Amino acid sequence: MKNLLEAQNLKAYYRLVDGIQIRAVDGVTLELRPNEVLGIAGESGCGKSTLAAVISLTHNPPLHVIDGEVTANGFDLLRLPKEQARREIKGKYISVVPQGAMNALNPTQRVRNFAIDMLQEHQPDMTKQDAVDLARARLQELSLPERVLTSYPHELSGGMKQRTVIVLSTLLNPKVLIADEPTSALDVSSQRAVIRLLMTLLDEQIITSIAFITHELPLLRQVADRIAVMYAGKLVEVGTMEEIIFQPQHPYTKALMGSMLVPERHVREQRIEGIPGVPPDLKNPPAGCRFHPRCTQRIEWCTQEEPPPKTVGDRTTWCWLMH
Amino acid sequence: MVLANALNNSKKQRQPLLQVENLTKVFGSGKNEVIAVDDVSFEIYPGEIISLLGESGSGKTTTARMILRLSQPTRGRILFKGKDIQAMKGVDYWRQVQAIFQDPFSSFNSFYSVHSFLSKAFRLKGNHVSKSQQRAMMEEAMKKVGLNAEELLFKRPHELSGGQRQRLMIARALLISPELLIADEPTSMIDASSRVGILNMLMDLSRNLGMSIMFITHDIGLAYYTSDRLLIMNKGRIVERGPSVEVVENPTDEYTRRLLADVPTLSKRWAL
Ligand SMILES: Nc1ncnc2c1ncn2[C@@H]1O[C@H](COP(=O)(O)OP(=O)(O)O)[C@@H](O)[C@H]1O
Ligand SMILES: Nc1ncnc2c1ncn2[C@@H]1O[C@H](COP(=O)(O)OP(=O)(O)O)[C@@H](O)[C@H]1O
Ligand code: SF4
Ligand SMILES: [Mg+2]
Ligand SMILES: [Mg+2]
Repeated sequence: MKNLLEAQNLKAYYRLVDGIQIRAVDGVTLELRPNEVLGIAGESGCGKSTLAAVISLTHNPPLHVIDGEVTANGFDLLRLPKEQARREIKGKYISVVPQGAMNALNPTQRVRNFAIDMLQEHQPDMTKQDAVDLARARLQELSLPERVLTSYPHELSGGMKQRTVIVLSTLLNPKVLIADEPTSALDVSSQRAVIRLLMTLLDEQIITSIAFITHELPLLRQVADRIAVMYAGKLVEVGTMEEIIFQPQHPYTKALMGSMLVPERHVREQRIEGIPGVPPDLKNPPAGCRFHPRCTQRIEWCTQEEPPPKTVGDRTTWCWLMH
Repeated sequence: MVLANALNNSKKQRQPLLQVENLTKVFGSGKNEVIAVDDVSFEIYPGEIISLLGESGSGKTTTARMILRLSQPTRGRILFKGKDIQAMKGVDYWRQVQAIFQDPFSSFNSFYSVHSFLSKAFRLKGNHVSKSQQRAMMEEAMKKVGLNAEELLFKRPHELSGGQRQRLMIARALLISPELLIADEPTSMIDASSRVGILNMLMDLSRNLGMSIMFITHDIGLAYYTSDRLLIMNKGRIVERGPSVEVVENPTDEYTRRLLADVPTLSKRWAL
């Protein structure tokens, strides 16, 4: 089976007044393979949500695609007429649960209206009753309480809201689910329930693959098959979960892994060091490797030239040390 | 860690800095009654770092607010160096007990600049420091927490990001260096790579100056890394307590066990 989604040299910038541009996604090449959970990791502001918006075709001004391609299901997505994208791709082939989606539910409407709106947006001829029936059947299938449909958002716990949003966003059995920080801000028990639901959706083949976006690497150790690490609008390393978590190569991936506070012995047996400095301003990112101002291993040309990708097996690394 | 153990060994002979006795807080009444904190007792020793750890709604912030005298206990009492805190003068107490809050926005007055916010630290301490010395100390504290004083000193809180506001709270705590710091989710808006640096700084402060710290958090990794002891809170009650390593490696309480099982770690992959 072919890749479900491919981004080629994708560049997406926020264009602000005075000609200022924020280069939030700046040359990303990445594929989502069939039957996988692809983790997309990186610290806040590195461009994860921007990438999610573009590959799910939910981006709006001031965010503009500057260059590159996104292909899925044989379509050149970024050049597809809006109407066709709505009919054939969105919700059906690619569905997205945006960051903070559970808090974006309309507080004055019962949850079932979200299902109706979502379904009618993509299948205008569906009746309200059919939409609600479909949602109810799916909740039953997944052993979630039907009462959520007649509830108002504030009547549900955070974890239940998030699970509901995920179920309703996948009613049309999209091949690709893009989940942007679906468990952030949840307690660990609710976090795990959300993860279980996502795994069930895969097992039941309701969806085929997930792009799971998070800043928490320990969580990706639990769920991901592959992990892509982003820094300042670019990918720095992509590899299998084991490669990224246990044998990271890129200095940023190593430093990030090294600063994870998990409740395990090694964390108390040594002093954990973070990464000094802060990520660069994406209005004016540093020349060469964007990590160079914070990198302890930089060499001369890191400050001048961007490191090209180096691929070995399943792993690609963007660092001069690999060349 | 050696120092922490020494402290643990000697603490039995020392007077606790803070004693919380049968603390209870009930909100509302009748069918709206919520027992947010339910008969909680614990103590903090000088120089010790502890964490009050629990999921959201377990009563952590309510406990912190009572310790800070921002809320009246329904029952129970709190002693600082053996004295009931209700009987102490506010300034005297707050000079010694300071807080870093969960939602930094709520603890800033939006009319004050960063400069005047930090200046108050000197007024609270009550020691006389010349204006130019104050300025130098402020800049140094800001630098330590990764803030650029030149750029930010005359900004107002709403012009800062959440993470910058949390750093600012920590800079202020560095200036006041109280005897007890209550830190309620102090780094929730700061990225992993910088979080550790800030925690290290607070831990150093505790080691070097003997400051006690009580972290209030749902972040088990943070609590485990920083703390000599953990108090696990569930539904207003402390269900388990003990040295961090013991609690994490051999939890005895059912709730603690479940909580720990749900934390993603690096060594094990969940069976899902
Ligand atoms: N609507 C917007 N307008 C201008 N800049 C934005 C907007 N949304 C995000 N950005 C900027 O784009 C960059 C990437 O942001 P984002 O994609 O949200 O990162 P992440 O999801 O990794 O935290 C950041 O510098 C952020 O400040
Ligand atoms: N001012 C208040 N009035 C009524 N209920 C409150 C108030 N503050 C907190 N609570 C309730 O007390 C319980 C504990 O809250 P809190 O101490 O904030 O928990 P945590 O900090 O552990 O998340 C919750 O059920 C919360 O809804
Ligand atoms: S390219 Fe150079 S600066 Fe960038 S991560 Fe590699 S060694 Fe460090
Ligand atoms: Mg985001
Ligand atoms: Mg709280």
